[in-house]
Amino acid sequence: MVHQTLERPAGAGKPAREQGQPRRRYRYGERPGLAYLFLSPWIAGALVLTIGPMLASLYLSFTDYDLFTTPQWVGLDNYRRLFTDDPRFLASVGVTLRYVLISTPLKLIAALAVAMLLNRVTRGSGFYRSAFYAPSLLGASAAIAIVWRLIFDNQGIVDNGLSAIGIHTGGWVASPRYALLVIVALAVWQFGAPMVIFLAGLKQIPQELYDASSVDGAGWWRTFRSVTLPMLSPVIFFNLVLEMIHAFQSFTGAFVVSGGRGGPSDSTLFYTLYLYDNAFSNFRMGYASAMAWALLLVIAAVTAVLFGTSRRWVYYAGDDSR
Amino acid sequence: MTTITAAVPVARRIRRILLHLAMIATICVLLYPVAWLIASSFKPASEILSGASLWPSRIVLSNYTEVFAGVAGVSVWRFAFNSLLISVGAVIGNVVSCSLAAYAFAWMRFRLRGPMFAFMIGTIMLPVHVLLIPQYTIFQSLGMIDTIWPLVLPKLLATDAFFIFMIVQFMRGLPRELGDAARIDGCGPIRAFLYVVLPLSKPALVTTAIFTFIWSWNDFLSQLIYLNSPETYTMPLALRLFIDQTGESSYGAMVAMSVLTLLPIALFFVAFQRLLVQGVSTSGLKG
Repeated sequence: MVHQTLERPAGAGKPAREQGQPRRRYRYGERPGLAYLFLSPWIAGALVLTIGPMLASLYLSFTDYDLFTTPQWVGLDNYRRLFTDDPRFLASVGVTLRYVLISTPLKLIAALAVAMLLNRVTRGSGFYRSAFYAPSLLGASAAIAIVWRLIFDNQGIVDNGLSAIGIHTGGWVASPRYALLVIVALAVWQFGAPMVIFLAGLKQIPQELYDASSVDGAGWWRTFRSVTLPMLSPVIFFNLVLEMIHAFQSFTGAFVVSGGRGGPSDSTLFYTLYLYDNAFSNFRMGYASAMAWALLLVIAAVTAVLFGTSRRWVYYAGDDSR
Repeated sequence: MTTITAAVPVARRIRRILLHLAMIATICVLLYPVAWLIASSFKPASEILSGASLWPSRIVLSNYTEVFAGVAGVSVWRFAFNSLLISVGAVIGNVVSCSLAAYAFAWMRFRLRGPMFAFMIGTIMLPVHVLLIPQYTIFQSLGMIDTIWPLVLPKLLATDAFFIFMIVQFMRGLPRELGDAARIDGCGPIRAFLYVVLPLSKPALVTTAIFTFIWSWNDFLSQLIYLNSPETYTMPLALRLFIDQTGESSYGAMVAMSVLTLLPIALFFVAFQRLLVQGVSTSGLKG
């Protein structure tokens, strides 16, 4: 089943191939009008809620717009201001990059480590999988972000615990140095979703490879590097792309932990938080649109780079053509 | 029985027991924040912040009575009803519109299928922030701000491409002989959809429904944007009202409200955990 998961990154190229050689199973569509009827809700949504807004937000990003008066064309002014005249924007970029670069690897390493342990368990694995996955569902809720805020607050459990062994932090949430780590911890805590995907990938690796490796006298580390990692690389790639995109857009945790302000001293001013603030608190809609497009371009660039490097390290078993 | 036990070396059995102990210890650490939250909701407000212990010195229900007294003149039942309305609306919208689109992509042949499918996949990667502001102006000009429509209508128009893709993958896996048989029996595409493909796609549809419910219930950003007056607030937004009442005395209500917000997700999780985990591992849906 897991190969379906892996098809997704390459999915964009897939239909073109199928279109060239229509197969019998599609003959229900011999009246194409009917297909468009089935698709009509989606087509309406794509036009009105996706393509239209995309073009509109691209246009708005070149304007001064406050939601109440007509947009004024200002050319590249918004973009210029972002990068040369707005220290808070640069701060939000820094915070977000730090968050993505710290939380994504930590989350994936935790997910892989636990998945590998779970893969060796025969009894009770269903229970374990569910228990490890639970935080992934609960953690998206604002309620859990509040728990994090309370636990890491001044005089909170973590602060008190550290004080007991002589480390005085004065609370992580209020500290510009550590506040971001609270949100990182919240993200890493939700390692269950990638873990479940890793586990499905591990189950697909043929036992013969491990047997052969053990006959060759390979130790644990060697086997991990030469069998597990390459065989798992498509799943690692998939999780990496998804978690990166996800991390770039995270909002709820930062909003709740920082009380909606990205503090202390902008140390948790996530990109999306600053975007929201510009658009819906200060009604600088044109400026926020420019931010949204900058985000889109960065995510597209990062994804493209990941896909580019994937040729070197992602190994698809039994398919040398890819 | 004894021979089997004897066949397993003692060292390996000890290692296996240690592995289980390590897992259970990890789970205890992982779920400690959740347990702490539930325990704290029964503690006197003054004990909540610093108390690492799970057991309250005395069990109080005042946090919950305070929550049920309402906030900003609105009852908690109202918030829960708003959340429920949006989540159920989103579930219906997603299941209906996504299964229609998925059927066309998976089982029908038409000229624009390739480019449309590619576009649909592309929208999975699209950050919502790019669409947020124009969508807001659209819903504003339609007079839909402060109603449930901006949160439900997009689902009716199949904007969650993730689910379309998942259902397409599932429908493609159905044996094509079924389609041929239905055709021989005189079924047109619509009847084949209703009586053959749709019933067989139930696992994918159920997964879609459950994830849509949980995501809509958890959703924060779009509810924050579209809902402005307390009467239309959902549970996560109402939670914010409790946060805003600063001071140690209000922690009790905030914690109790957090528990109530998590309750439906926790119940869904307990009821469907097998399905949820399966949904993630086969389709890559995330929490």
